Amino acid sequence: MLGEFVSYITHDVIGLERGSGLSEAAAFFIYDTIKIFLLLSVIIFAVSVARSYFPPEKTKRILSHKKEFIGNILAALLGIVTPFCSCSAVPLFIGFVEAGVPLGVTFSFLISSPMVNEVAVVLLWGLFGWEIAAIYMGTGLLVAILAGFIIGKLKLEKWVEEYVYKIKTGQGQEVSTQTFPERLQYAKWNTADILKRVWLFIFLAIGIGGFIHGYVPEDFLVRYAGNGNPFAVPMAVAIGVPLYSNAAGVIPIVYALMEKGLSMGTVLAFMMAVTALSLPEMIILRKVLKIPLLAVFAGIMAATITAVGYLFNTIL
Amino acid sequence: MEIKVLGPGCANCHKMEELAKTAVNDLGIEAKVEKISEIHEIMRYTMSTPGLVVNGKLKHSGKPLPSLDKVKALIKEEA
Repeated sequence: MLGEFVSYITHDVIGLERGSGLSEAAAFFIYDTIKIFLLLSVIIFAVSVARSYFPPEKTKRILSHKKEFIGNILAALLGIVTPFCSCSAVPLFIGFVEAGVPLGVTFSFLISSPMVNEVAVVLLWGLFGWEIAAIYMGTGLLVAILAGFIIGKLKLEKWVEEYVYKIKTGQGQEVSTQTFPERLQYAKWNTADILKRVWLFIFLAIGIGGFIHGYVPEDFLVRYAGNGNPFAVPMAVAIGVPLYSNAAGVIPIVYALMEKGLSMGTVLAFMMAVTALSLPEMIILRKVLKIPLLAVFAGIMAATITAVGYLFNTIL
Repeated sequence: MEIKVLGPGCANCHKMEELAKTAVNDLGIEAKVEKISEIHEIMRYTMSTPGLVVNGKLKHSGKPLPSLDKVKALIKEEA
């Protein structure tokens, strides 16, 4: 149905000749754009409704005094649905630790939240198919669970700033709960807000995809970073770690790399490194973590993401 | 009336502060809007910023931000 509609727009409304290269490209562009915006609207709306049931305070209660491993799995999953603003990382970290959430479990949450989210999953789904989206989500969770578990096992509590353990959260006020119409209202608002922030990147991704497809020589990148190069994955991770972007911002680059024949594992590893780790985040976390713990955190993340990259380059 | 906006200082926290100020202006009430970025002070109320505190009571916390109408309603509840 969408196909017919797009054909109508390209041929009858815009008036491009059927079967010409330009009309094919235009039809492809319009089809992809509509498909992704539809997917995004529906899924962000649904996730926003679900999210309103998982404020950080509730997540904290669920994770408080949980055993490791089970706790890590739960934390990684809750990271997907618990909304939190990047500037909240420090108060959230203190709140979790104060409530008795184990350090490694707290990390699993902090890692999964920016990396595995509905925007990343929908964009991957819309552009590369649901299999890639599922793989990204699965391995993203795996990285969050593993990295958090290892940090927990290493017993690094001594490298958390002492004041964190002394802060008392006072009466711990909570906002009154929302009614269902309020949740829907909020979901609608949130969906519009996210779309406003990501639409440009999506056009860019689809546009770049088409441009690169036509103009950049196929083997340009593959020669340097293709499957034949055993260092492609660590290189992609090393480049991605200091960079920061949210999932939407990195998608145009991901699309371009994928179009140019970089292997899936390398590209997904790059995307994870960009979204999960960044210099600004390290500077924020420095307020609660001492440098050795930050270094261990970055090291473990880089190692697990690289491992995931290799794993996919081997299987796929 | 005392209004506090809690947040270490990111884009969302600034937006929250703007919302609070606009709401106070629109409602035409006497209120002091104060931005709190000190972590100990924030933690007394909530761990999810941005937060809105009216007369010592936490009225909103976390993402996403409330709409301007909602902020007005929250302030009026304590007026």
